[in-house]
Amino acid sequence: MIDAIDFQLIAAVQAGLPIAARPYAAIAAQLALSEQDVIDRLMNLKSQGLIKRWGVVVKHRQLGYRANAMIVMDIPDERVAELGQQISRFSFVNLCYQRPRRGETWPYNLYCMIHGKSRELVMQQWAALQQSCGLSGIAFEVLFSRRCFKQRGALYRQARQPRLEASHG
Amino acid sequence: MLSPLHKQLLNNYQQDFPLSPTPYRDIAEQLGVSEDEVLAAFQVLAEQQLISRIGPVIAPNAIGSSALVAMAVSDADLAWVAELVSSYPEVNHNYERENRFNLWFVLIADNDEHLHGVIADIEARSGYQTMLLPMLADYFINLGFELNLHD
Repeated sequence: MIDAIDFQLIAAVQAGLPIAARPYAAIAAQLALSEQDVIDRLMNLKSQGLIKRWGVVVKHRQLGYRANAMIVMDIPDERVAELGQQISRFSFVNLCYQRPRRGETWPYNLYCMIHGKSRELVMQQWAALQQSCGLSGIAFEVLFSRRCFKQRGALYRQARQPRLEASHG
Repeated sequence: MLSPLHKQLLNNYQQDFPLSPTPYRDIAEQLGVSEDEVLAAFQVLAEQQLISRIGPVIAPNAIGSSALVAMAVSDADLAWVAELVSSYPEVNHNYERENRFNLWFVLIADNDEHLHGVIADIEARSGYQTMLLPMLADYFINLGFELNLHD
């Protein structure tokens, strides 16, 4: 279980770890905790899975990965877990989620994200993925991103349960 | 141009950044460089906006309630509807995508009631319906983004 101090800790590290010799000590000082306590709590949150990963968060667009496609697929329900796991193993796939279908307007139940350096490359990667996962008969749509209106709002309320930037809802 | 050190820092520490009192020194030892070089290289990556932070990625729905939301908005209304959506502190990603559902955003709320309250408010103020798409399962195992920095 996580406690109020864990919430404060997550709120404190959300904006990022200081780039300094003893970064966890700097966080500890803000929260009146010991450096070791900060480290132990973060390890614990990570092993519990609440922190999905702890590390460098890159900015794809600035690194030249300007083509971003969300691909939605209509997979038979009994195969969605198997195919989801298979798709997520491709190095160029960086998110893979099951979401509910919404009737005939939106019959898709599996979502994956591909960040690539160009549309052409993303479409080649998608074609390779379709072929190797046997998705030829599967209905899909490719949704490239156009404008980014907002990328993050690491907003939380210290006094209450913090709102966090989750990986992708 | 990115140096080999920059590339290693970008690629190798997305998943498991050291949780030790001196993480930058640990990285320096792993890579055979000095701690000052590692600190300076991370400063450059941060200043050039190539990294957003060194920190946590929280599992979706581990805390509070979140969902992906889509809207099909006319071209004429898209700019103001997008601005309206972005104005909510609960919204943390908001993109235009090439589709009849052309506005996609992620909402993170304290709980389901709060989430549905925000959705109802957006619908009332925009005059458009939303399609709520919460995550049911997360299949992603290979965490972190593998950058092809060799070209």
